[in-house]
Amino acid sequence: MDSREDDGGEPLSRMAEWRDVTPLPQDDGPNPVVPIAYKEEFRETMDYFRAIYKADERSPRALRLTRRAIHLNPGNYTVWHFRRLVLEALNADLDEELDFLQRIANSNSKNYQLWHHRRWVVERLGANARAKELNLIKKILSIDAKNYHAWSHRQWVLQALGGWEDELDYCQQLLEEDIFNNSAWNQPCHEFRDSVVALRTSDTDPLGPDLSMAICDILEHVDSLRASYWIWRKNKLSVAAV
Amino acid sequence: MAELAVDKHFKYILSVEKNKDSFESVVMDHLRMNGAYWGLTALDLLGKLDSVNVDEVISWILKCQRESGGFSGNIGYDPHILYTLSAVQVLALFNKLDVLDIDKVATYITGLQNEDGSFSGDMWGEVDTRFSYIAICCLSILCCLDKINVEKAVSYILSCKNLDGGFGCTPGGESHAGQIFCCVGALALTGSLHYVDKDLLGWWLCERQVKSGGLNGRPEKLPDVCYSWWVLSSLIMIDRVHWIDKEKLVKFILDCQDVENGGISDRPDDAVDVYHTYFGVAGLSLLNYPGLKAIDPAYALPVDVVNRIFFSG
Repeated sequence: MDSREDDGGEPLSRMAEWRDVTPLPQDDGPNPVVPIAYKEEFRETMDYFRAIYKADERSPRALRLTRRAIHLNPGNYTVWHFRRLVLEALNADLDEELDFLQRIANSNSKNYQLWHHRRWVVERLGANARAKELNLIKKILSIDAKNYHAWSHRQWVLQALGGWEDELDYCQQLLEEDIFNNSAWNQPCHEFRDSVVALRTSDTDPLGPDLSMAICDILEHVDSLRASYWIWRKNKLSVAAV
Repeated sequence: MAELAVDKHFKYILSVEKNKDSFESVVMDHLRMNGAYWGLTALDLLGKLDSVNVDEVISWILKCQRESGGFSGNIGYDPHILYTLSAVQVLALFNKLDVLDIDKVATYITGLQNEDGSFSGDMWGEVDTRFSYIAICCLSILCCLDKINVEKAVSYILSCKNLDGGFGCTPGGESHAGQIFCCVGALALTGSLHYVDKDLLGWWLCERQVKSGGLNGRPEKLPDVCYSWWVLSSLIMIDRVHWIDKEKLVKFILDCQDVENGGISDRPDDAVDVYHTYFGVAGLSLLNYPGLKAIDPAYALPVDVVNRIFFSG
């Protein structure tokens, strides 16, 4: 539990710490195009955020405020952007930032801003962060083994900081749990690539013409959603056989 | 078979702005520009764009333009390539591209191209083939595609091509229908579709159709109405759309409607939102559902809007 950043969650207007700040309301213009309904807490937090952002205040309380705003709307990219500026200005402990990201990762596992912010943090921590980071990603994948963002981030970590030696074992383990995990098949381990290349049959006919034709005939009926594809495939076979 | 509840969807889209208690509204605050594109393009496809006050829209959009020339998701947020494209697309819908300082927008976008030909989303440097598509689509609409290094942009996209014929977000990234739409769209707009193995990719794409008739985004995942756009437009661009069962897909999309309250959801019986409403209607348009305007699969704008950009004046 990060007590430095935990502000207790009371309304900001009632906190002594924020007394000197005048919150800035959203200016949607007189007849907003897609006016958005605001819940009170969200409205208040964003009003205070706008004030701090406009004043470019890069302080500890600003850092706490960005955390509150992120909890309310983790898709708000401007808040993440400002949080990075504040983290830099305060020379904050980025290991703790990684821990914070991990705590909110499970409920935000498909959030582009969170993953991009995480990459920014790991870039600054460098090779020392590798083992911890690969482990953290494994935890997320253990809940959602196909999470596209997690896999994409994992590839980046491996490419930037190394660690491919152990990756094949990890993918093998995932495939034992679910042979249909496309993401695990995709991880560019060389052994996998060779197997996939050997399985490509769009231009070759390894079974012999009669058997291939028969299979296409059957699939045309059994896989009726793609009947047109199997007819095309069968025609291609007969052309190749000539 | 169910029918498209045009009037209900029209009312639903208009009501998105008036519903003050929705969670959807709260979390969409920062991407309101995307929301405007989804809602307004859907209205145009339904033939209802004239129900909107053009001047108010334009005025709000211009307030979202920042110093750098890029557009933000809403007033007071930072610029990003995502919202820049939506802003330009909405202006194109209303035939108001002339309110733009085109050089300013072009400068913002060209500034986001990296050495290797890829594009960043904003000053923070996230790279993704989504942004390659956005840059190319946006500059193409503004008729100044030559301002970026097109050759390098194309070669970066091709470096994201996988063995299965699909494309990922970055080199080595898993093939995903959304990323495939972006890469194929970008290649289409730069006259580079000959680099795509259409039979191989067509097969991967048509395999997205599942028993219910809906389309998923990757093997072994659930169908979602938004893939009616990402997968379908890709198939059309590579001329392989006859490889899926169109009738079953139409039925799936129609089953995702909320015929009582309007709107379309990701799959039957889930909650609706304006994003899925747009992609459902756009998908039906691509499937030539009667009564809808035609939509261009590469620009994701009505065909008459695209024609107006390139063929008039």
